[in-house]
Amino acid sequence: MKFIHYLEKVSGIDIYGMTSFFIFFSLFLVMFWWAMKADEKLIDEVKNIPLKP
Amino acid sequence: MQVETFYYDNRIVKNFAFATILWGAVGMLVGLLAAVQMYLPAANLGLPITTFGRVRPLHTNAVIFAFVGNGIFMGVYYSLQRLCKTSMFSKTLSAVHFWGWQLIIVAAAVTLLAGYTTGKEYAELEWPIDIAITLIWVVFGVNMFGTILQRREKHLYVAIWFFIATWITVAMLHIVNSFEMPVSLFKSYSWYAGVQDALVQWWYGHNAVAFFLTTPYLGIMYYFLPKAANRPVYSYRLSIIHFWALIFIYIWAGPHHLLYTALPDWAQSLGVVFSIMLIAPSWGGMLNGLFTLRGAWDKVREEPVLKFMVVAITCYGMATFEGPLLSLKSVNAISHFSDWTIAHVHVGALGWNGFLTFGILYWLIPKLYQTNLYSKKLASTHFWIGTVGIVLYAIPMYWAGFTQAMMWKQFTPEGTLAFQFLETVTHIIPLYIVRSVGGLLYLVGVFIMVYNIVKTVKAGSLVAEEAVQAAPLSDDTVVHGKEYWHKWIERRPVQMLVFSFVLVAIGGLLELIPTFLIKSNIPTIAAVKPYTPLELQGRDLYIANGCYVCHSQMIRPFRDEVARYGEYSKAGEFVYDHPFQWGSKRTGPDLARIGNKYPDSWHYNHMLEPQSMSPGSIMPTYAWMLDNPIDTASTPAKIRAMQKLGVPYPEGYDRVANEDLMKQAAGIRAKLEADKIKTPANREIIAMIAYLQRLGTDIKAAPATASVQ
Repeated sequence: MKFIHYLEKVSGIDIYGMTSFFIFFSLFLVMFWWAMKADEKLIDEVKNIPLKP
Repeated sequence: MQVETFYYDNRIVKNFAFATILWGAVGMLVGLLAAVQMYLPAANLGLPITTFGRVRPLHTNAVIFAFVGNGIFMGVYYSLQRLCKTSMFSKTLSAVHFWGWQLIIVAAAVTLLAGYTTGKEYAELEWPIDIAITLIWVVFGVNMFGTILQRREKHLYVAIWFFIATWITVAMLHIVNSFEMPVSLFKSYSWYAGVQDALVQWWYGHNAVAFFLTTPYLGIMYYFLPKAANRPVYSYRLSIIHFWALIFIYIWAGPHHLLYTALPDWAQSLGVVFSIMLIAPSWGGMLNGLFTLRGAWDKVREEPVLKFMVVAITCYGMATFEGPLLSLKSVNAISHFSDWTIAHVHVGALGWNGFLTFGILYWLIPKLYQTNLYSKKLASTHFWIGTVGIVLYAIPMYWAGFTQAMMWKQFTPEGTLAFQFLETVTHIIPLYIVRSVGGLLYLVGVFIMVYNIVKTVKAGSLVAEEAVQAAPLSDDTVVHGKEYWHKWIERRPVQMLVFSFVLVAIGGLLELIPTFLIKSNIPTIAAVKPYTPLELQGRDLYIANGCYVCHSQMIRPFRDEVARYGEYSKAGEFVYDHPFQWGSKRTGPDLARIGNKYPDSWHYNHMLEPQSMSPGSIMPTYAWMLDNPIDTASTPAKIRAMQKLGVPYPEGYDRVANEDLMKQAAGIRAKLEADKIKTPANREIIAMIAYLQRLGTDIKAAPATASVQ
């Protein structure tokens, strides 16, 4: 019994890799897009919250 | 609009701050004792409660859950009220949270020293304490969410996102990893066995670092760093990307603790890929922290608070660069089981968590007591002593880890191992001594801080209730440019909770489920049988005395390990191991195939006085095992618990198990007697010998019949 090529032994394993990559990457793109497009005034307002008393 | 007056509760913040300092000092003192025991076995004092196997879990639990835990609550209770412009939701819940957590810490310290442990690292506490932790965590959550929901500030600042993600993820990790079958009030067996237990444990263990030591402290950083530097965070956009990427990726990376083990290869690969990706959000956070100080470096030179924070963030950057590096299989082959890991975690713990906590304490205490810090000079002295302490701690441990791993792997030209295991240990002892000096310096720094803070507190007076005024939250929204969908989450804490949970749950489920569902993940080995009752009792002693802290039971498929310890470990060998005992550090040699390697009398003498069998060994004595009787009264309950977990003991075996136990014990007694050692058969040492002699022998004993399906 060898502990190599395990990935192939699990039937349908590729779906896990693909799903995880897809979820992560699409979420990342959406977040990145939002963060870049967000209004400057909103960002300024929120980032200054900690400096209030 | 009518302005409302309300009060920030500073008393609860003060309580958590003092608890942080107290448990920090205690936890580090215990760590120092453990460090000295590494080169001075006599420092174990020959007592069960002061022996390394019990002291080390106490140290790790104390610094993680007592020191950093209270530090988290201090930071959250201070910042949350101010970020939400409201007092805490309930003073009663705050008090229950505070005192409940301190009681848990005391109960943890007492039970760990008494040997009540589940044997799973950083989750050692037994089931009644696990339940108490869950309840107190819920109290904290209700109090936190109650506060957020009654806020007067429309937007949720990014620090609060980190707090929410921390709360939900820690709850999930703690509950999933703590499933256990109670045997008695203070004894339980892990629900999972072997490979699955290992995967769940390191999914938990890794994310305890991620969601207990990292995300709450990042939230705290995003609040206290702008406060201390008096300027907003460098890039709020970056903090948004940082947050979502970090919580999503972190949850997947756990299997990098199990590279080259019997864990299925696909799970290992998954862990590596996500660990490498982690460097992006981690460094995004670090750079965001450091760039916040752009143009303020002149302040850093004078302000000890900022000095501590800069080193903390730098250490975070170093540790999170090293983490992905260590998860590369080729690097892990060297670092794993060695002191390299110890160096890595202490850069994080002493640098990131410790220094950020100290920085915040120096900033916070004068604010709470409406006075100035007693002495900036002393704080600077603390900073320098602490920094030198970290350097003196980390460098020897990197050196020791690398040296020892290289020695383990070295062969002579004739093809035999170049070094005995013990030679690799004695070689690095000077480095252990320097490490303890580093730890001592760090602790001295803490005591300087205690003096400074006591003096500060005496000079001021606590503002227990700080009056503030703010307008209530209005319904009319100010629209900035286009309204993006993100406000749907960004302004609504419950959605934030749900989304964070969905993200971490996806990661957790996709990582764990395949191992549980797919049979081919753990090929069964016919020769592997359940432990006999005597071996089971011995195994419980092994766990209770923390043997797993220094000895692994996992032979990786490397030439040197196979040459040194025997055939590499197979997933199917651990199917009855509740909990698994693979270990994470080899201070002593691996024990996966120790069975039948030495006669019973060798083990007897070795446990009595390790140095008599292995001159120069740093193992402490376990002499009490020679006198303590085996707790045979617990055998039936243990067998029944194992049966419930699926271990195939015959029906009704619990009633006759003790007969088998005594029969096997008598056999070992007779063998010892043949070697001129007289002992009654019902002593703990007999059970211990039975367990050790069984280890790894199943597939050795019947090589011809061991069929691998």
